[in-house]
Amino acid sequence: MAGSLERADRRRAALMLSPAYLWLTAAVFLPLSAMAFFSLLTDVPFGGRDWAFTLQNYRDFFETGTYALLLWKSLKLGLIVTALCVLIGFPFALVLAKAIKGRAREALFLLVILPFWSNSLVRIFSWAIVLRGNGVLDAAVNAILPWEVRVNLMFSQSAIVIGLVHSYLPYVILTAYLALQAIDDSLIEAARSLGAPRRTILLRILLPLSAPGLIAGAVLIFVPVVGSFMEPRLLGGRVGTYYGTAIEDQFVAVFNWPLGAALSFILLAVVLVILALATPALRKAPT
Amino acid sequence: MRTILLTSALALATAGAATADEIRVLNWQGYGTDLDWAIADFTAATGHTVVHEYFTSEQEMLTKLRTNPGAYDVVLINSAYTAQAQAEGLIAPIDPAKIANFADLDPGLTANADLNPAGALHGVPWTWGLTALAVNTTDFPAPPTSIAVLWDPAWKGRVSVRDDGLEAVQLAALATGQNINDIKDMDAVKAKLVELLPQITTFWGSENDWNQFMAAGDFAVATYWSGSAARSIGKGLPIAFVVPDEGAIGWLDGLSIPATSTHPDAAHAFIDWMVDPDFYVKWDAEGAPATSNSKAAAALPETSFNRSILGDPAVVARVQFMRPVSDENREAYLKLWQDLKAAQ
Repeated sequence: MAGSLERADRRRAALMLSPAYLWLTAAVFLPLSAMAFFSLLTDVPFGGRDWAFTLQNYRDFFETGTYALLLWKSLKLGLIVTALCVLIGFPFALVLAKAIKGRAREALFLLVILPFWSNSLVRIFSWAIVLRGNGVLDAAVNAILPWEVRVNLMFSQSAIVIGLVHSYLPYVILTAYLALQAIDDSLIEAARSLGAPRRTILLRILLPLSAPGLIAGAVLIFVPVVGSFMEPRLLGGRVGTYYGTAIEDQFVAVFNWPLGAALSFILLAVVLVILALATPALRKAPT
Repeated sequence: MRTILLTSALALATAGAATADEIRVLNWQGYGTDLDWAIADFTAATGHTVVHEYFTSEQEMLTKLRTNPGAYDVVLINSAYTAQAQAEGLIAPIDPAKIANFADLDPGLTANADLNPAGALHGVPWTWGLTALAVNTTDFPAPPTSIAVLWDPAWKGRVSVRDDGLEAVQLAALATGQNINDIKDMDAVKAKLVELLPQITTFWGSENDWNQFMAAGDFAVATYWSGSAARSIGKGLPIAFVVPDEGAIGWLDGLSIPATSTHPDAAHAFIDWMVDPDFYVKWDAEGAPATSNSKAAAALPETSFNRSILGDPAVVARVQFMRPVSDENREAYLKLWQDLKAAQ
């Protein structure tokens, strides 16, 4: 009797989970396997080309320093953008969660999420209009300052960082907000009544308790930024060659899908290694 | 009366079936052959209808020819690829007798070695153009004459080239006084490119990109295509096209007929239509590359870009036409360009 019920339960569970698994198979597993297959070929297996299995694409990464250099550049970019997002996003989330209530909070929240609703290309092109010489920023600064300054941030690393921080800041705000929201206000009141200064409350209560949210936000940002190609290409100009743009070139410009796929998998591996190395720190942080 | 009508209708129908073919053209999108008015005129004059298919790279064009035998009747092939297509047996020789306008085509172009692989004409020269420089006339009241302007420190941060390894290497070859098709001193080319990169503000990828950057004042001097320059000037951008003393990179596009074409006669008729002066003069008004037809070039208005700049024999004499590039060299150029960009 109990066994048959269990079986019915299991069947029901399988039925309810099947759309999710089907989706994962179609959207994640199949494309990734196709790319893994491509990365081991000498040429794309369509259009009547000759192809064979090879490891040369992976060897290319190690034989020439170019890709390693680009990967290093991209990892640095990921660190800078993540650090800036956390530095800007955490205080914002703190104020949102603990200082502002009611209508104002809703309105601010909406403003945080707003960038998500616009196409990322539109965002990048708007930044281009703001950052270029004779652009919005240049005009604004010159309208305020009595002397002439030429502000042209376009086509520099700063422009890439500004564009990326703007795109990914909402992730850290949202995750940190949720974590801070969950902290019981009475904890803060207790600390205060025991005479703890603000700094101590921040360092001993708020930061440790919201760390899981912050770290989740940081991971959400770091991974896509390392592989980003649109922002570097459009805002970086001459200095906009990164690992992501090198991969894009293989697919779009050079038609060397196998190398592009291999480079993508190396990126995946490096990111996984970094996350694995960070796991002990992540485990220790909460509680 | 009725029988006469019937028989004439029948005669028309059979005549139509015998001569009106549907030909399939493979070309870049928006590149002349697919102009609505031109196709409508062609259909009205010959009865043949035209269907287009497009490619976005030369590799894709070759792939489509290889994998779809019989699917195409006319294909646009850049002269640097004609020999490869011929060697693979993808295209058939052209019969000049079936092209009424053939006698008016520039003999220098019809005799072009790359269009005549294995000693027979395999592509009818159609259009040609240059990759040279264009400058913003507000920055340059008098246009520069030397390619060295790209390396001039005065324009640092306002220079641009296309993001293309082959083109960058050929540009440096011109600047170092070398033959772009037979580069002997790669070290000099590399040194020149190392000096060029810090000058650059951003790379451009398309005509649209280029127009935006030029209009915003990001560019003072940049490499550009002649056909695109004609269109940009037509749109009112304050630019001048410069063919430097050191020379310019030339390209030549030909129209070929696939070996597997099922309507070679209609295909010849279409190619004839495309090199006709009437068609070209109308196309030129909308912004076209330079024509291979001497009569068509002479029929252009004096003010036309293609007549005033590309019609000058002294300019044409400086052009180095691009020859086929070996895979080995292409890869080496790409690698050099990638390394230099990554180091920025």
